[in-house]
Amino acid sequence: MIPRYQKILLVALLIVSLGMGIELWQLRDRAHKRLLAGETTSPTRAPEVAPAEQATLIAANDLDNSLLPQMHSLPLPADPGARARAVLGRLLDLYAAPDSTHPVPGGAASVAQVFLMPAPGARASNPRAQLAVVNLTGSFAASHPSGLETESLTVLSICATIRANLPNVTEVRFLVDGQPRPTLAGHADLTRTYLTAEALPSEENKP
Amino acid sequence: MPWSKVLQSWVPQVSILRPGWDFSTTTSLLVALAFALPCAGQAPAPPPQPAPPPAPRFVVVLDAAHGGDDTGAHLDSGQLEKSVNLALNTRLRSLLAARGIQVITTRESDASVDLNRRAELANHAGAAACLSLHASESGNGIHLFASSLPPAQPTRFLAWKTAQSPWITRSLALAGAVNSALTHAGFNVTLGRIPLTGIESMTCPALAIEVGPQRDSDNKITAEPDNPDYQARVAASLAAAVLEWRSDPSRTEARQP
Repeated sequence: MIPRYQKILLVALLIVSLGMGIELWQLRDRAHKRLLAGETTSPTRAPEVAPAEQATLIAANDLDNSLLPQMHSLPLPADPGARARAVLGRLLDLYAAPDSTHPVPGGAASVAQVFLMPAPGARASNPRAQLAVVNLTGSFAASHPSGLETESLTVLSICATIRANLPNVTEVRFLVDGQPRPTLAGHADLTRTYLTAEALPSEENKP
Repeated sequence: MPWSKVLQSWVPQVSILRPGWDFSTTTSLLVALAFALPCAGQAPAPPPQPAPPPAPRFVVVLDAAHGGDDTGAHLDSGQLEKSVNLALNTRLRSLLAARGIQVITTRESDASVDLNRRAELANHAGAAACLSLHASESGNGIHLFASSLPPAQPTRFLAWKTAQSPWITRSLALAGAVNSALTHAGFNVTLGRIPLTGIESMTCPALAIEVGPQRDSDNKITAEPDNPDYQARVAASLAAAVLEWRSDPSRTEARQP
């Protein structure tokens, strides 16, 4: 048998607990409203925009099978991988333009990522040598014109542009949607490692 | 049965004709006849002359690129590159055969042929020229490509993927002959050196020849790669280039590796 005074005490404690819970809920609600009232959506810090720099693009020309350097001013991030992607994006934007001498659809979005890592083939001779892995999008490869000349020019201009802006990159490999692919559009071999030193045309390379 | 018994069983029949002949006389006669017959009716043999050296074989390998499931490029005319390559291959083979040149083709139909198999065929033929035929919708005129492999000294054993290295100098000379013939015929020709996966395994002077559209001065297309007249002119020029290559005295120097 529970004494009467204990029953009264239990009911009183329940009423107090319930009251404290309600008070706590109201305090939380007021604090949330106060927080929202104090927040501002105005920008308080300007986004970081990389300063514009001169970049060398080695642009292809289908009509005379040439690769010629062009100077362009564009914002270049400090990170080398992002820098390579920005430069290649501008190069592919050139190719996607209506008056392009090497028409290839796709533009800057065709370069998904560029990864840089130590070059396995030149570790002994040049410890700073790097390998660039260029990950192209599947839509770029699918829409690329097919042919020995046009595919080779695309691959070689990418390699030469990387070398012109990142001299430490000595080797380039290609992926499409993150996977190895036999050819770009039926001709240019994407399974091999390209040496950037051989991408730039020179007199002794001409037949 | 020993041979003497066999001879004895045959000799008595002969001896019947000449009574008094015995076995040893008949045997001597037969041996003398055996030596004398090949020389009968011949004048005294002159001193042996050295045989003239056989004429060096001149074989051309034509490789119509792609085929089967590998269609190659889709041309603007709706044709597939593999068909255009095969048509040019057929024209050129006929022209070369008519000039007495032995031609080996890597495919004669719409068949899929592996790049390694194509190189095997070319290497087995010991060809004096290997021409890989392509077609494209881009560029202007004819694009000639030799491998970008660096020249190398011939060795006894060659790596499969770089077997073309000792032949690079001759491949470039062949490119010069083809360029000369095509330019003489009025074609716009571009030259280049690029990685060429199949050709880099060939042990012969080898080129990739890509037929692009012919354009006028305003960059307007005047002949598509599958145009029969255009193809006939290209094939005739290539045949002339091969004939010029056959008479090139420095060509045989390339057959050393």
